[in-house]
Amino acid sequence: MRNVFASCLCLAALNAPAAPFQELLGQYETQARQENPAFNGFSAARGKRFYEEKRVASSGRQSGCFDCHSPNPAQPGKTHANKIIDPMAVSANSKRFTDLQKTEKWFRRNCADLIGRACTAQEKGDFIEFLAHYK
Amino acid sequence: MKKWLPYLLFASTVLSVTALLATSANGQEHESQEPFPKVENAAWHSECSGCHMLYHPALLPTRSWKKIMGGLDQHFGENASLDAAQREEITRFLTSHAADRQLNARSRRIVQSIPPDDAPLRFSSTLYFIAHHDEIPNTLYQRKSIGSASHCAACHHGAEQGEFSESTVRIPR
Ligand code: HEC
Ligand code: HEC
Ligand code: HEC
Repeated sequence: MRNVFASCLCLAALNAPAAPFQELLGQYETQARQENPAFNGFSAARGKRFYEEKRVASSGRQSGCFDCHSPNPAQPGKTHANKIIDPMAVSANSKRFTDLQKTEKWFRRNCADLIGRACTAQEKGDFIEFLAHYK
Repeated sequence: MKKWLPYLLFASTVLSVTALLATSANGQEHESQEPFPKVENAAWHSECSGCHMLYHPALLPTRSWKKIMGGLDQHFGENASLDAAQREEITRFLTSHAADRQLNARSRRIVQSIPPDDAPLRFSSTLYFIAHHDEIPNTLYQRKSIGSASHCAACHHGAEQGEFSESTVRIPR
């Protein structure tokens, strides 16, 4: 009985669907190809630079993604209104990048606020690539 | 012995009247200890709690909520914009439970503390707030565990449920 149970578990693991963030990355990839025919993949290194870049928010405040999301994305961050934000790294928070509508909403707000325009699919994909593999 | 009786009576009357006055003054100062009525709306809950605690609709009048909801793309220096359907739903929810639609004593006093031609965006800028927090120095809000006066829940543990009674206040270190 024990063995049957164990092998079932093993099979289930083999058949496990791709991590949800991969579904989202797939959608950004399709979009990135449309935006740029020369698209050649997402890069965690570019995503890291994007995350760490210092920017000036529309309010004039010195900021950047790291500002609210913590310089170490495996740690919780904190908003300017003092609310704790759960970690951005998927290794520390498996709920990240599992809901396209939510992800898009925050890209829309945070990109407009910190960059003054919408982010490209390339930038979004790089950002997720970095956070999905951050250890 | 009998000579003292009237004096005694007089003294006890004075004492009890003073006690009565004291309780009613106290009652005024601390309003009723009733929490705001329980309210819930899923869109409000998820969209208005990402950056800060949930602010109960009974804290501000209808005109304030309309102004806040009309300016979400520039909300206290941040972009809190929503799609039109959610914005309308949340506006309807907030305005239908706003301070000027409430019967509780606390909401009525909040409304009384706001000039009729003013629509404050912050509860923490109302005269009501200022009067009830006059013993708190500004430096205290800057403690790491608090951050700002807007972080009600740091001191009022039931703030998101509309509970502000004196017995539930605890100022963190
Ligand atoms: C002013 C604070 C602040 C800054 C600065 C900020 N964010 Fe955010 N971000 C938030 C909050 C609040 C949330 C929502 C809370 C949560 O998801 O736990 C969030 C969520 C997100 C999400 C949703 C993640 C998911 O679960 O799908 C993305 C994507 C995001 N931010 C991207 C960015 C990017 C890119 C930058 C830099 C350009 C940035 N943020 C800078 C506050 C901020
Ligand atoms: C993108 C982040 C963000 C989102 C989303 C957001 N807010 Fe805010 N809000 C802020 C910031 C920042 C402040 C200023 C806090 C401070 O000064 O500490 C604030 C302050 C407030 C205040 C004033 C609090 C006081 O001092 O009395 C109210 C009321 C308020 N928000 C309502 C809302 C409502 C309603 C929603 C949902 C429609 C919402 N907020 C969504 C960022 C946000
Ligand atoms: C630094 C801690 C602190 C913060 C932050 C704070 N308060 Fe208070 N609040 C107090 C104290 C202390 C009192 C006085 C308690 C008393 O004597 O009744 C009080 C009193 C009140 C009262 C009157 C209670 C009563 O019945 O007497 C209300 C209502 C209230 N606060 C709401 C708020 C709201 C809403 C916010 C956020 C916008 C807030 N407070 C932020 C500490 C705080």
